[in-house]
Amino acid sequence: MSGSRDHGTAIKLLSCAKTFGGGTVRALESLDLEITGGETVVLLGPSGCGKTTTLRIVAGLEEPDPGGRVFFGDDDVTRLPIEKRNIGMVFQSYALFPNMNVRENIAYGLKVRKMPKVEIDRRVGEMVEMMHMGELEFRRIDQLSGGQRQRVALARAIVVRPRVLLLDEPLTALDAILRTRLRVEIDELLRRLGITAVYVTHDQGEAMSLGDRIVVMSNGKVEQIGTPRDIYYKPNSEFVAEFIGSINRLHGIACGDHVEVAGGTVPWLLNQSSGKVEILFRPENVGICDVSVAQLKGKVVTSFFQGDRTRLIVGGLGERDIVIETTDRTEYISGQDIGFQVDPDSIIVLEK
Amino acid sequence: MRRPWLFYSQLAFTLCVCAFLIVPVIMSMMAGVTENYFYGIKSGITLRWIYEVLDIYLDTIYLSLMIAVACLAVTLILGVPTAYVLAKKSGRLARMFEEFLVLPVAIPGLAIALALIITYGGFRDFRSSWGFILVGHVLYTLPFMVRSVLAVLSSIDFKTLEEGAASLGASFWQRFFGVILPNCRSGILAGSLMVVTLSVGEFNLTWMLHTPLTKTLPVGLADSYASMRLEVGSAYTLVFLIMIMPLLAGLQMFGTPKDRKPEAQSDDMTGKTSLKEKNL
Repeated sequence: MSGSRDHGTAIKLLSCAKTFGGGTVRALESLDLEITGGETVVLLGPSGCGKTTTLRIVAGLEEPDPGGRVFFGDDDVTRLPIEKRNIGMVFQSYALFPNMNVRENIAYGLKVRKMPKVEIDRRVGEMVEMMHMGELEFRRIDQLSGGQRQRVALARAIVVRPRVLLLDEPLTALDAILRTRLRVEIDELLRRLGITAVYVTHDQGEAMSLGDRIVVMSNGKVEQIGTPRDIYYKPNSEFVAEFIGSINRLHGIACGDHVEVAGGTVPWLLNQSSGKVEILFRPENVGICDVSVAQLKGKVVTSFFQGDRTRLIVGGLGERDIVIETTDRTEYISGQDIGFQVDPDSIIVLEK
Repeated sequence: MRRPWLFYSQLAFTLCVCAFLIVPVIMSMMAGVTENYFYGIKSGITLRWIYEVLDIYLDTIYLSLMIAVACLAVTLILGVPTAYVLAKKSGRLARMFEEFLVLPVAIPGLAIALALIITYGGFRDFRSSWGFILVGHVLYTLPFMVRSVLAVLSSIDFKTLEEGAASLGASFWQRFFGVILPNCRSGILAGSLMVVTLSVGEFNLTWMLHTPLTKTLPVGLADSYASMRLEVGSAYTLVFLIMIMPLLAGLQMFGTPKDRKPEAQSDDMTGKTSLKEKNL
């Protein structure tokens, strides 16, 4: 189980497209993707965006349309069926074998590889210890909770020392608290193993915390590829901006070093154009100030006190209300006038 | 608590219906061990008729069992893979085939037998062997095996199980024998009991398909009713019941889906321990 980040197998997808239903349903537009060895890449997007199809192409459960090729390192594995690719896979529904106990499930991959029994026992023992499953070893699968099942599934996938680890929404079937907890465990595990991992999810929180890079997808196309910071701070489309975190949108007209919008002006120092633009900014990048000096003015529609911060819904700045988050202790009431400015470094401008 | 009169009247009705159905069975079984049926039980109890049945009809019992076992073997070899393929394919063709497979249950046995005789009756050796009866039995029982395995397959997510096994390096045959088959065990067992029970008791088809040298138990039974003393026929029924009862009991035991007994442990406990260990 040793090895550092640069020891994992690289994955390369070359013009991989996928059409289902005899050419009628395009699940995935032609996709090129390079994943370096040891990297964790998260495929993120709403259901039906093609993320699972992409994962299944990497796994060998689907073949790409003619012309598409899949490489593991320098090996072209396009024609190899899944059982010959030496991967580890974790499924949303766990896919544990109900006819075997925990230990037999973990040992299965080693057994079909015809490994000597002594070696199997040693490796399974190691894995049981590593995943803290000592007392569960001889349990039947239906005697385990969801979280325990997913841990067994993880152990079963990595005990065979796969070239790459593929995770298909592994936490989706679990409740919120457990999801956060297991997310930490998976993160630790991936870092310890230094294995190349592809992780599919529709949960942006999971994507941000686990991914070295995130591939945001929608309608079978890649919207953006980048580090979590890139994706959050520099989304390159409305879709990405809206999908990751919450964001406000204002329509306006650029002129000089600022943009004029319905409720006032927003500074835009890097402006190189004029005309219609759309300004995006996140609720936490707004500073509330005195109405008399404020660049933007609006009316509080509702406020939600959340303990550590207050979430304000503000109207009067165009057809859509915007959201502001503030950590100050002032109490805001509905209907009150409010003035604020947007941190100029944090705004994202999309030209129309 | 006093039960209302409605309860008692319903109970009485149920008991009457049960008696109506069960008394003839008991009468027949009694007749099989009575010295002389016309004088009733006071003429004495004897196993003589049973010995006589075994003496005359033992070969029909053997043949019935042999055909049942052969029929089971064939339906297992044909039926389980068929169910697997039908569960895997979702197309219109697969559904049509599934319906088609059940046809022999809907068509009267006599009609099927007649069709078999018209088509294959010319092959003399085949016609006069017990294999001819076996073909009829397989036609009739196969849908029961397929249905019962199919029911289990559609209740488990076997496609994902198979993908899981494949991801771990298992070849098709390793997956089929190591994962798919063990997980449809309950369906295979229920189907097997059904097939054996139906095959042993099958009369319609067999009556048409048999030759004087290939009589099965139910055909022998009809024969004994027609040509023997009533006590012999009754004793024969008794032997048949004794053979079929364990199978029916087995069907009841394994045929109904089991309740999930053990409660899954809550996530909370173990989650906490592992978190604690991590913090250390």
